[in-house]
Amino acid sequence: MSNGAPTALADVGYSKSEIMIAASARQLDAVRNCFVGVGLPNIVCNLAQRIVSPDLQLVYESGVFGARPERLPLSIGDPTLVTGATAVTSMFELFAYYLQAGLIDVAFLGAAQIDRFGNINTTVIGDYANPKVRLPGSGGACEIAINARQVMVIMRQGKRSFVDTIDFRTSPGHSGDPAHDAARGWWGSGPTSVVTDLGTYTFDEATGEMTLSTLHPGVTLEHVGESMGWQPKVAAELGETPPPTAEELRLIREELDPGGVYTK
Amino acid sequence: MHDAVEALVQDGDTVAIEGFTHLICFAAGHEIIRQGRRDLTLCRLTPDVIYDQMIGAGVASKLVFSWLGNPGVGSLHAVRRRIEHADPAPLEIEEYSHFGMVCRYVAGASNLPFFPIRSYFESDIPKVNPNIKAMVSPYEDATEVHVVPPLKPDVAIVHAQRADASGDAQIWGLLGCQKEAAFAADRVIVVCEEMVEESVIRADPNRTVIPGVIVDAVVEEPFACHPSFTQGYYDRDNAFYLAWDEIARDAASLDAWLDEWVYGLANHAEYVEKMGAQLWDSLRPEPAMSGEVDYGRYA
Repeated sequence: MSNGAPTALADVGYSKSEIMIAASARQLDAVRNCFVGVGLPNIVCNLAQRIVSPDLQLVYESGVFGARPERLPLSIGDPTLVTGATAVTSMFELFAYYLQAGLIDVAFLGAAQIDRFGNINTTVIGDYANPKVRLPGSGGACEIAINARQVMVIMRQGKRSFVDTIDFRTSPGHSGDPAHDAARGWWGSGPTSVVTDLGTYTFDEATGEMTLSTLHPGVTLEHVGESMGWQPKVAAELGETPPPTAEELRLIREELDPGGVYTK
Repeated sequence: MHDAVEALVQDGDTVAIEGFTHLICFAAGHEIIRQGRRDLTLCRLTPDVIYDQMIGAGVASKLVFSWLGNPGVGSLHAVRRRIEHADPAPLEIEEYSHFGMVCRYVAGASNLPFFPIRSYFESDIPKVNPNIKAMVSPYEDATEVHVVPPLKPDVAIVHAQRADASGDAQIWGLLGCQKEAAFAADRVIVVCEEMVEESVIRADPNRTVIPGVIVDAVVEEPFACHPSFTQGYYDRDNAFYLAWDEIARDAASLDAWLDEWVYGLANHAEYVEKMGAQLWDSLRPEPAMSGEVDYGRYA
């Protein structure tokens, strides 16, 4: 366990993916039931289970509650998620009784495009009927955005992904009108955090707008501004993201992604 | 498999080969390609490599789905060519979210006119799919929901670990929508790794997902899900999923693959033999047996 002050390694000594993973994992402190995606979120949740949240239950939309994967899952339907799990349910049960009924504390979503209010597009680039790029679509993301109590986003940022106007709203975020959001009656109401390769963001309680909260070591405000399609709102006290600790890096490299599939 | 597909899958049918990453019956898809079916409406939550193969082979004119991709790898290139460039022909699409698709099967299986869910609020999905409709509960709380229509495929093809000769099928591991799709469909083909005696089924009735009473044909076809997996029997062949990303990028290489692995073979047994024993050995997991339970005898 390495819950104390992070120890910086010499010469940075970690990849952009590794600081994204560590920063996200620490946000899962004391979380109980977490809806996991494949790739980075999977490593984030497995790391969180080892460093900050030993009771974290990994939930997968394929119908698995309380997974204990013995290898890095290759997809959200990997057989390693089944063997040794607390429960395996039909997809109907997973979405209806676990997600829709409000049991999911945190869910991770990815995005091809995200806007300043955390609205997410995973459907199409360009016009829906005449697409430039056809993306996978919702999967479970639309209902996850609405029914998870908190949504966290982990993604690399750039001008093509952090856009002023998304081409299609697959999964709703904040509306920009907090009174409206509070009246929605959903379990959740827009993402609560975004972690990228440049920094971490929260969402302003008064406006629902994405707000830069910390910069990763070595990243400048200018760099962030050049990597998004709008002028970012910046927290009054902009901090620096603590780098991954030696123990976090050891867990990521030796136990969670020894092949470096998602972390190099 | 040949006889089941010949008798039960017709041109123009709505066909669901279900299975959420698990138990995806590739062998049935290959047989449909081999028999040259056309104008199918293909339904699946997650059209993956098998639907890329079928759509690349030209069997379908429409796709109903909720997530379109090569799971853990990337895109379905044959499907994208048809959606983005109408190459070589347009593909009609009708899309939902996972929960929406699941509940379409539930409505179909339950003989209900629609199913209400708490999803799609403030999403653009209903704007491009008018079958998803907003509704207010007729009860006092007047809760807003969205409703989805029943999905009743003409044919559902589901894979199972084991079944008896009547089609009573037992599944463990990820259950996906095998049960819901089967009960919703007009005709059902069960494909299994192993055909077992009825007594094996009766010894563990809680594990029976599909009763033979709704099954029209049962086919024993080992390794029918390759490159997807069957829990306890063989792992996902991830190298194939990665290779498919290259094969399908180009229509000519996709056609060449179909020639070699589908049209050029008489059946799935030949495919299994051609893949080679070494592959199957490498995909076999170590055993992890369940505990036994005592149902008790009440004579």
